[in-house]
Amino acid sequence: MIRLERVSKVFPDGTEAVKDLSLEIDRGEFCVFLGPSGCGKTTSLKMINRLIPITDGRILIDGVDTQQQNVNELRRGIGYAIQNIGLFPHLTVAQNIATVPVLKHWSRDRQRARARELLDLVGMPSDTFMDRYPSELSGGQQQRVGVARCLGADPPLLLMDEPFGAIDPITRHKLQEEFLKIQERLKKTIAFVTHDIDEAIKMGDTIALMRDGLLVQHADPATLLSEPKDRFVRDFVGADRVLKGLRLLRARDVMRMPKLTTSLNATVEQTIARLDERGRSWLSAVAEDGRFLGWIERADLDGATSLSEALTPAVASASPSTPLNEALSMMLGSATGSVAVLDGNEQLVGLLSFGAIREVLSMDDESERE
Amino acid sequence: MLAQAWQYMVSYPDKLLEWTWQHLQIVLIANAAAVVVGVLVGMWVSGKGREQIADGVIYAASIMMTIPSLALFGILMGILYAMSLPSIGMLPVVIALTLYGLLPIIRNTHTALREVDPAMIEAGRGMGMSGLQLLLKVKMPLAVPVILAGLRQAMVMNIGIAAIGSYLGAGGLGQPIFRGLANYRKDLVLAGAIAVSLLAVITDLVMAGVERLVTPKGVRIGRKS
Repeated sequence: MIRLERVSKVFPDGTEAVKDLSLEIDRGEFCVFLGPSGCGKTTSLKMINRLIPITDGRILIDGVDTQQQNVNELRRGIGYAIQNIGLFPHLTVAQNIATVPVLKHWSRDRQRARARELLDLVGMPSDTFMDRYPSELSGGQQQRVGVARCLGADPPLLLMDEPFGAIDPITRHKLQEEFLKIQERLKKTIAFVTHDIDEAIKMGDTIALMRDGLLVQHADPATLLSEPKDRFVRDFVGADRVLKGLRLLRARDVMRMPKLTTSLNATVEQTIARLDERGRSWLSAVAEDGRFLGWIERADLDGATSLSEALTPAVASASPSTPLNEALSMMLGSATGSVAVLDGNEQLVGLLSFGAIREVLSMDDESERE
Repeated sequence: MLAQAWQYMVSYPDKLLEWTWQHLQIVLIANAAAVVVGVLVGMWVSGKGREQIADGVIYAASIMMTIPSLALFGILMGILYAMSLPSIGMLPVVIALTLYGLLPIIRNTHTALREVDPAMIEAGRGMGMSGLQLLLKVKMPLAVPVILAGLRQAMVMNIGIAAIGSYLGAGGLGQPIFRGLANYRKDLVLAGAIAVSLLAVITDLVMAGVERLVTPKGVRIGRKS
């Protein structure tokens, strides 16, 4: 889809912002340009739609050299969203979203229909917001409109320069999640700039890590975390890269079916016997219909008359799609150090334990030793 | 004395209206010319890489403002005479007022265009707007209210200066003033002065209304909150 071939940029003042950058982004790939400020990531992005002219090398989109195209036509075919949004204050939300459709001379009806569709897509009820002005929206809403606008004429390729950078963490988190869902449906090819490693790991199919104008490593997030190419990458992803890697795994990847379960109908003596036989200190209690009830600990069974008396209800439970970092934090707060994984009907489908997670992470330990 | 002036005004309303009309014509023609020239110049000097030209032009226009009107009339009379154009009457006055009106209009156009949020410009360019489309669809709608504020300032100022133009035989509300001064007729002087002041105040109010009308709704709402 996009090929950068030995692209470099030297600004008139002599700054070499990008050096000999070669990179390929496949169709439907979400590629995050990551790096500290001044590493050339934004420059690289802006060279794709020629907001910054390239000094050397070439950029091909679907095999066509961008230099050969009319610059405005080129840009109308590429969605563009920036951190400061840049909504036009004198135009309504619908008119803002239809910026590129207007430039492409779509009919008015088609423009409005498209604006309506996109507003709904970004989670803003179109009936309420179509004819509002940007100044009537909150920062998060403006950013949503910015995202909708860059999808205006349904371009196959999106360039996004820290589009969620200027909003509060809670809203940012929400917008990131929603945008990922949108991307799952639309399968756009995306070049996305951020300096936030967490955002990069969360959003990107691949991460292009840059430093001083050079591409250091272009890999999928898991590889970047588990096999950092050099010291810089390791430092940039952070000492907690193992923990960050947890976010890339879901509970379903690690959970095990519990070996010991009981219904509350079993007697206290039977249960003590089962536990002692296996040398375990707890087991999970499940109702007749398979619903998860909680934990029964060996220590609570002494002197108890029934299992329900000894039951410790679980404080939190995970779903199969819960990211492991969240599951780990639940485990730290759990009485038994385990977290039950429940499906939509509260059926127990697995257990997460430290042991299982450690096994997954053990590959990382090895790469640490090198 | 006020009563005498009032007496004169109600006794000769047609005369007063005629002078007012002449006065207004001079100011309108001059400011129309100033808007056309001023906005074009303002747009041009706001272009990329013309910062120094802009500074120079605005400096020159400010110098123009410091020339006393009578002196400017004199200079223009000389130039027009040399070009064998009518050197008295409306022409030199209209030219002088045009020159005086340029500064607020050029300055406001320049400031307004320069102060458009760079994010909007980047977004516009990034979505494929040409330079002209960016100017007409984004920058100008946002700049027009500011430019009109400059025009308003120019018009109110020129209404005052136009009174002196009567000295050159341009007509207008300066006539009763000069005539009154020559003949020790304080009522005439006062009637002229009051009429000029009223004209200025009314023009200011009307222009304030126009300014509000051309301010895009989205911008107006933004200011309130």
